[in-house]
Amino acid sequence: MKTLIRGGHVIDPLTSRDGVYDILIEDSVIREISDTIKKTDGKTQVVNASGYIVAPGLIDVHCHLREPGFEYKETILTGTSAAVRGGFTTIVCMANTDPVNDSRSITEFIIDRARAEGKCKVLPCGAITRGLKGEELADVGEMFSAGIIAISDDGRSVRNAGLMRKALEYAKIFKLPVISHCEDDTLSGGCIHEGTASLLNGLEGIPAIAEEIMVERDIALARYVDAVIHITHISSGGSVRIIETARKHFRKVTSDTCPHYFSLTDEATLAFDTNAKVNPPLRSKRDVDAIKEGLRKGTIDIIATDHAPHEFTSKDVEFDLATFGISGFETALALSLSLVREGVLDMPQLLMKMTANPARLLGINSGTIAEGAPADIIIFDPDLEWTVDRNSFISKGKNTPFHGTTLQGKNLFTMVDGTIVFSELK
Amino acid sequence: MNWKRKDLLDIRDLSNEEILFILDTAESFKDISKREIKKVPTLRGKTVITLFYESSTRTRTSFEIAAKRLSADTINISSSTSSATKGESLKDTARNLESMRPDAIVIRHSMPGAPHMLAGILDSSIINGGDGSHEHPTQALLDLYTIREKKGRTDGLSIVIVGDIAHSRVARSNIFSLKSFGNDVICCGPPTMIPPYIETLGVRVEYDLQKAVRKADVIMMLRIQKERGGTKYIPSTKEYSTLYGLTKKHVAMAADDVIIMHPGPMNRGIEIMDDVADGPSSVILDQVENGVAVRMAILYLLIGGEA
Repeated sequence: MKTLIRGGHVIDPLTSRDGVYDILIEDSVIREISDTIKKTDGKTQVVNASGYIVAPGLIDVHCHLREPGFEYKETILTGTSAAVRGGFTTIVCMANTDPVNDSRSITEFIIDRARAEGKCKVLPCGAITRGLKGEELADVGEMFSAGIIAISDDGRSVRNAGLMRKALEYAKIFKLPVISHCEDDTLSGGCIHEGTASLLNGLEGIPAIAEEIMVERDIALARYVDAVIHITHISSGGSVRIIETARKHFRKVTSDTCPHYFSLTDEATLAFDTNAKVNPPLRSKRDVDAIKEGLRKGTIDIIATDHAPHEFTSKDVEFDLATFGISGFETALALSLSLVREGVLDMPQLLMKMTANPARLLGINSGTIAEGAPADIIIFDPDLEWTVDRNSFISKGKNTPFHGTTLQGKNLFTMVDGTIVFSELK
Repeated sequence: MNWKRKDLLDIRDLSNEEILFILDTAESFKDISKREIKKVPTLRGKTVITLFYESSTRTRTSFEIAAKRLSADTINISSSTSSATKGESLKDTARNLESMRPDAIVIRHSMPGAPHMLAGILDSSIINGGDGSHEHPTQALLDLYTIREKKGRTDGLSIVIVGDIAHSRVARSNIFSLKSFGNDVICCGPPTMIPPYIETLGVRVEYDLQKAVRKADVIMMLRIQKERGGTKYIPSTKEYSTLYGLTKKHVAMAADDVIIMHPGPMNRGIEIMDDVADGPSSVILDQVENGVAVRMAILYLLIGGEA
């Protein structure tokens, strides 16, 4: 089986390729990249990408697929279908399923299910602690042999610093990155950013320091035991500064943020829109500016989605009772492309944060368009305008604060391991 | 002016013109409560539901009396008698009530934004009777009415609000209205009860009660919100009382014609001493009396339109 992607503007940040090329894919692998590839037998399918950008498939280090246990929110089938529509070819799903992914059997279940039904590559993230309870280590080695790519207690921090230290140390056996959700829950407990919006609408606040204190602590622990730590979904300018300082002496810390943290402020919660309720919360304009600056300077290496789908009824309640989370797969690329239009990043820099950098963190060989690499490729129109309609989301999670917003840039084609899994190309 | 709003959700949304229009309308209703026959037919045939998910004596009674004096039919639902105890959601409860075609629903709820949620889905007029730590607009309106009645103006006054500012919807609504009318507002209380960024509202913060009350024209006392965890923010109510309880000594330091206000319920001996609560400067019972007139005005403006 051969596919020829013809005439697209290929941008591959890892190899610094940036120009019009043809790409020949044979089976699941990129076979040839050159100015023009003419030799095609009759069986080669030709994809005309001229006028569009051809990039490595996006890699998301942080999402929630909800299966097993919360199939009414999302399934591996619907989640991966939404992912490939959004341009993602590899995604890391967090462990807060029911049961929690803290054992070999749950890891195997997710991998089996993804293999059978998934539209893209699914790499499970195992729990750090059993049941995400923060009391004892989960079966990290067992899960590793079953296929986990990282460990995280995402949704909360490991409260006990001694246990977090042990997790960081233990993960070194398997060279697994530890992904840290940073939140000191003795300081949080609210439901929106502690700032001017919480002052005005009386909702209990989550101060930025609740995040920053844990960023500081977890980097200190990782540095002490010389382990790889990845700080996920950072939302505050203070966290950016802490990471920037730490990286001068300690290179094993990486970080990501999500599109909503550079697209919205806490103002989105002023009118009690539960779709803007997310943890960590949307913060101030100053934080948004600092996040962008962190992306620009490279302090933030990765853009992740934290795709957190929820059923409608869990958001259609009083703000205090609403679930946290934003359904992010289908808007992530467009929101991120605004960074290019604003001049925060150029296109290769942006794609680096959504392809090669996450690939490096996870230690996988995708995230690049190079001969011999897996044929995970997307084709997108960086300028196409479209209006977000949550009802047209493939994801079961219609929970987006961007409903009705006009965005620019859209993924049109997704190939995973040489198979076209999504196409809206005319 | 013409009243255009369907709902009364918060003070922050109202213009000064609208606020004054409510106060002026209330003025004309105040007399009704002083007549021998305290009833006019203005809202005959209208139905007002008070839906209270938090306990209340003053506000609920005040709304009920206000509605009845305007000849509306009133039904009271409190959380202990409602389906909330059977697990029905607020939205479903409200939709069921709406099917019985009320004209207005007064809601009190422990969660900020609950009235706003209902306003978005129901055709009935929604009146916020207090939503968590967010707003209590009718309280701020009756407070401003009382201030205007006693001081002859609504601006240029030195006003001190004392207590748990962070968890008080009364404080929030009052800060919004008083600042919008150009008053000098000082928030006084322990730092644990002062919300961060409050200076952005143009108020001053003073931790020392004695300094705060100096030359004050109005002192508003708040109670500790035990139901919102208020006691976690101080070592003990005894210590709180020592630091922030209003005594005659404080009243003497304020302006000669200072008025002392309290939205109730009072905790005598904690935030306010007996001789202050019952003293000559206290207008606490006037607030309650004016509350009826202000709520009559609000009901009239919201649902009296077509009559």
